[in-house]
Amino acid sequence: MESNPNEGNKQQSVSQRIQSNRQNRSGLMIIESLVPKLLLLASIISVLVTVGILYTLLSEAITFFTQVNFFSFITGLDWSPWQGRYGILGLVSGTMLITVIAMVVAIPVGVASAIFLSEYATDKWRRILKPILEVLAGIPTVVYGFFALTFVTPILRAIIPGLSFFNALSAGIVVGVMIIPMIASLTEDAMSSVPNEMREGAMALGATRFETTVRVVLPASLSGIVASFALGISRAIGETMIVAIAAGATPKFTLDPTQSIQTMTGYIVQVAKGDAGFGTTIYYSIYAVGATLFVFTLIMNLLAQFISRRYREEY
Amino acid sequence: MAQTNEQQSNETVKQTESKQTVYNVQNLNLWYGEDQALYDVNMKIGENDVTAIIGPSGCGKSTFIKTLNRMVEMVPVVRTSGEISYRGDNIFDRSYAVEDLRTKVGMVFQQPNPFPKSIYENIVYGPRIHGIKDKKTLDAIVEKSLKGAALWDEVKDRLDQNAFGLSGGQQQRVCIARCLAIEPDVILMDEPTSALDPISTAKIEELVQQLKENYSIIIVTHNMQQAARISDNTAFFLNGELVEYNDTNTLFSTPGDKRTEDYITGRFG
Repeated sequence: MESNPNEGNKQQSVSQRIQSNRQNRSGLMIIESLVPKLLLLASIISVLVTVGILYTLLSEAITFFTQVNFFSFITGLDWSPWQGRYGILGLVSGTMLITVIAMVVAIPVGVASAIFLSEYATDKWRRILKPILEVLAGIPTVVYGFFALTFVTPILRAIIPGLSFFNALSAGIVVGVMIIPMIASLTEDAMSSVPNEMREGAMALGATRFETTVRVVLPASLSGIVASFALGISRAIGETMIVAIAAGATPKFTLDPTQSIQTMTGYIVQVAKGDAGFGTTIYYSIYAVGATLFVFTLIMNLLAQFISRRYREEY
Repeated sequence: MAQTNEQQSNETVKQTESKQTVYNVQNLNLWYGEDQALYDVNMKIGENDVTAIIGPSGCGKSTFIKTLNRMVEMVPVVRTSGEISYRGDNIFDRSYAVEDLRTKVGMVFQQPNPFPKSIYENIVYGPRIHGIKDKKTLDAIVEKSLKGAALWDEVKDRLDQNAFGLSGGQQQRVCIARCLAIEPDVILMDEPTSALDPISTAKIEELVQQLKENYSIIIVTHNMQQAARISDNTAFFLNGELVEYNDTNTLFSTPGDKRTEDYITGRFG
């Protein structure tokens, strides 16, 4: 009678058939008890990887600091490892320069496109623009790098005389362009999730669409917007390929964007490509630089969390 | 003025009261895309009246009230024909700035929708966007508006708190105060008590009675008792048509249309 639980006996009532099927499902219970364990394993993998990365970074960086004074590392302005001078600020200033230029480009353009997409665009425009933005986000950064070097730099050199061929300005602008889609799409998400009732409330008071956007929608979505800025800044700090190609390889403590500079990531690439032998001080220095990068992005994320909590408008 | 029966009865209502007309709606039709939501609505609304709009769900009453301040245009596919004149000007005129209209005609919504800001910021939002910036005037507006919305005593010590911390009924009165802050001429209320408990509802109803001294009020309600309690005139909508419009006592005691009678006696809806 109960030979095939899937077919069951068509003469039996539904409840009888369910009963007999359930008795044949003990195998499922084993899977059921295994599933959470497998899921836990999957989520532990990313934790383990993070811990592993931190361990390598820190242990190798500690080796570095047995050879180079920690204090002169964090306060030194001159990064000339082949001359034995390890002043991280020479690289930090390059990273900062790129990040500031990138955000000057990405924040206004990104937020403006988000405002258009969320508050003004008709469905038709949204359907055209969003996929294009997403394509922009999917371009490999090495392509952006050559775009900076072979397209943006020549234009800039025509405008700014004396601009060096490798320069922070061109690389920074293109890093900014790369970040635009991320800021635009995260900001748009934050703005679209503001309930329509709030827009109606403002518009019913005679506010124009722009007044509604600036005085109601933006403040209400501020925490999401700030989070998108923080992610953007983290990406700019960590961006490697564009700066390695277009910004040059001459570490220098400067705020002049027309100069050739080197960023922390650019230096790591340079060394990793084989400019220094394994086990040398220079080799260990990339871990110290990597740890510094890690500290920067960590601070950025904490800052963003603090700001978005502080200025959150709950709805 | 020899038109339909409805209109003639409207005329008589208005003539006896000899009040100024705030709204004059003529042959208003409205479509959402291909679906027609309002059919040939003709209606005059008088100054300092409370006009109730009743009818079953989906009859077009909300659509109608949102047309009066053109909020209905938030839906992109809306088309209208006919005319609504507010104080003599056709609000559908190309030259009529919708922001001007909404400055004169305030609105309170079904769900309380305060901004996620402090109570104070909620009230001064309107005055601020219309260029009133000095602190003293704004403080006075906040006090006056909150008193006008019968909320001052409950919140005067916590004006800097987020309006979302208030109860639903208090939030709705914040929205009324926000609307009063720019001293409108007309207040539209779209089922303002449907999300509220009975005590808050009673407070808002009482408030409507006070507000009619200074404002013309048009209120959509699905609650017939509420319409009977607070309004001077009542309009009954059914399937996008204005079936009957008369002074409230007459409409509820001797309805002129069979459909109105069926509705108010609870035979449908």
